[in-house]
Amino acid sequence: MKKAFADLHLRLNMKDRSATLRMINKAANLGYRLIAMPLAPETRMEEVTKLRGTCNESGIDFVTRVDLRPRTPNDLMYQLRRLRRKFEVVCVSCENKAVARQAAKDRRVDLLAFPLLDFRRRFFDRAEAELASNSLAALEIDVKPLLVLEGPARIRLLSNLRREATIAEKFHVPIVVSSGVSAERLLRKPREMAALAFLFGLDEDFALKAVSQSANAIVKRNREKLGSKFVAPGIRVVKEGKDC
Amino acid sequence: MKRVKRRYLALQIDSDEVPSRREFMDAVWGAVVKLHGEYGASLTSLSLIDYDEEEKMAVVRTSLAAVNLVRASLASITSMAGKETAVHVLAVSGTIKALREKLKQ
Repeated sequence: MKKAFADLHLRLNMKDRSATLRMINKAANLGYRLIAMPLAPETRMEEVTKLRGTCNESGIDFVTRVDLRPRTPNDLMYQLRRLRRKFEVVCVSCENKAVARQAAKDRRVDLLAFPLLDFRRRFFDRAEAELASNSLAALEIDVKPLLVLEGPARIRLLSNLRREATIAEKFHVPIVVSSGVSAERLLRKPREMAALAFLFGLDEDFALKAVSQSANAIVKRNREKLGSKFVAPGIRVVKEGKDC
Repeated sequence: MKRVKRRYLALQIDSDEVPSRREFMDAVWGAVVKLHGEYGASLTSLSLIDYDEEEKMAVVRTSLAAVNLVRASLASITSMAGKETAVHVLAVSGTIKALREKLKQ
């Protein structure tokens, strides 16, 4: 079966309509079937509908995503309560350990992201992975720094990513490989993203899964949850009315 | 002696300007050496088979064992001769004939 490739982290400038359109078309030409872009929490529904329409014209499925940057675990809980039901994908940028731990154990969090260049604040260790494996959160890895960094910074990043990928595999935490790019020329084909994932130790199957199945599973799960028929995990409304 | 298995990669150069053959190969070797070092580069047996400036396409040959290494290096190319460029792999095959057939499809 043909894989449906996804890029859950495309940075588009919504004010520049033509650039947005070009990026969407490029993503479609490169073989993506699903894209997500981080939106501001106050984004209006009409803008989302417009973007979704543009993506549908190019044959791509559009997914709404919000990036949370809480300072404390309480702040994270507050933001999740406020925004979880408004967006299909929720990513938490973990700026400190307390937030990272809370995000890993909260079932409302889909993606865990860590500062790419501040290596002391990459908190994805065994404890974090164990919490994440119980809550279905996935580790998001952007390939953009691998393209723009050079020398010691890239070496250090690769070494950290390799360690984190090993831990994630061991604890069965899904990895989602995203682009994280805003420039057209930095966009890569899904198989090229998988090839870049080879640099931090993912084998071909796992890497392809990271650019397709892992991302699609998150979207499918959340769309089901956000649907009107969802009651609780495993329970959904089949029939409504007086004759039930 | 054991026969070395090879793979041919058809590449599309995504750039506003057309880099010369020399600039293209310098960029490819540069990316391989930067990512995998001289030892890694020596394992690739990389060579340019065909370069079409009009179509902005190239065919390179590499050893089967180093395909992933070369693909990762090609994906990491962001510029050629100072110009923003990306290199996309169009097809991979074991023979040039099969590669051309894949491209026709």
